[in-house]
Amino acid sequence: MRQDPEPCTALLRARGLVKEYKSGGGSVEAVRGVDLEVGAGEFVAIMGPSGSGKSTLLHVLGGLEPATRGEIWLRGKRADGLSPSAWAVLRRRHVGFVFQFFNLLSTMTVADNVELPALLAGATPKQARKRREELLAELGITAKADAPPSRLSGGEQQRVALARALANEPSLLLADEPTGNLDSANTNDVLRLLRRAHAGGQTILMVTHDAKVAGLADRVVNLFDGMIADDARVVPAQRLKGQRRETAIGNFLELSG
Amino acid sequence: MRQPLLALLAKEPAHGYELKLALEQTFGQAYPSPNIGQIYVTLKRLEQDGLVRSQDVEQDSRPNKKVYELTEAGRGLLAAWVTEPIDGPRVRDEFFMKLVLAPLAGLADRMELINSQRRHYFGIMRNLMDMQAGMDRATPAARLLVEGAVLHLQADLDWLERCQEELV
Repeated sequence: MRQDPEPCTALLRARGLVKEYKSGGGSVEAVRGVDLEVGAGEFVAIMGPSGSGKSTLLHVLGGLEPATRGEIWLRGKRADGLSPSAWAVLRRRHVGFVFQFFNLLSTMTVADNVELPALLAGATPKQARKRREELLAELGITAKADAPPSRLSGGEQQRVALARALANEPSLLLADEPTGNLDSANTNDVLRLLRRAHAGGQTILMVTHDAKVAGLADRVVNLFDGMIADDARVVPAQRLKGQRRETAIGNFLELSG
Repeated sequence: MRQPLLALLAKEPAHGYELKLALEQTFGQAYPSPNIGQIYVTLKRLEQDGLVRSQDVEQDSRPNKKVYELTEAGRGLLAAWVTEPIDGPRVRDEFFMKLVLAPLAGLADRMELINSQRRHYFGIMRNLMDMQAGMDRATPAARLLVEGAVLHLQADLDWLERCQEELV
């Protein structure tokens, strides 16, 4: 791994990132030249229409798929050239992943699912157990520790997946539509947990369709046709002068201005 | 504000300040609490229109207070209001007018218009989510009011995305 020639405070940085898929005789570019920085402690949401390349971008940034071109820097070190196994080691220590369909190991208990990442990263069984107990308590699923994931509701499974992703206190949490398969009550629970993790300093990069996430994130990156169409800090809205709308939102604006 | 006041008075006679409190307690901080002056003015007009009548009640060491109650005419108007459906979503949308027409005259770029409108919506979403986070002890009505605003805003954002897909 080469060291960054310039000092860089970003936890994650992508430069000129491109991801091509071979298709028939030609190739399709799902990600077409993305420059992105995520600072330590930031919560960044990636939004955009279906097919805009959001999930592909996240997978490439987390090393689940190799980039075709461009650079990825994680914690000041170049990561785009790593082998799959080197990526796996990097993820184990520094990157937590949460997916839309939970991806829990069905033959293991909830507790074992959460302890496994710590054990793989070299923690003692005692340390792994302690961390698991803390996380399950924090996420309100202690009572389900000995159950197999299949006995849990979707919302509970996603909380377990979140516990697993946070088990090694990763520098970066990558989340791919974590509320995409949940009803609104469970969505609100998972968002509340992400909000709390962020308040505790967790860096989060999250692909989502859910506009509520924009209300929790520090920044929203809008992807369109594999490129960044907008990248903006979320700032509380001010009342717009001289405008009045007789809707719940309009009334709310009257109040907040 | 006329009909909500009539609806509260249909439950029991009340004076202006009690009505203000009832609105606040039911709908919470998301609802723009009318100031007491607006309530008194509205009650006065309702009385002029024969929809409520008032009675002065003496108070110790304070000016008399007016207690209002619903008249038969008021009850009739309220019944009509309650049973009538309310208008659906707007078809006219000021932002959409800008989005479609401004680029034709070379006044603006559509992607920039969409981005700036979207940033504003995100800011509103931030306000709503902050509000929602502090609503653990709010009434169901107050929580649903904010949830309704969130859902409307989500629809506005989805529509913005569709505009982006089709027009940019």
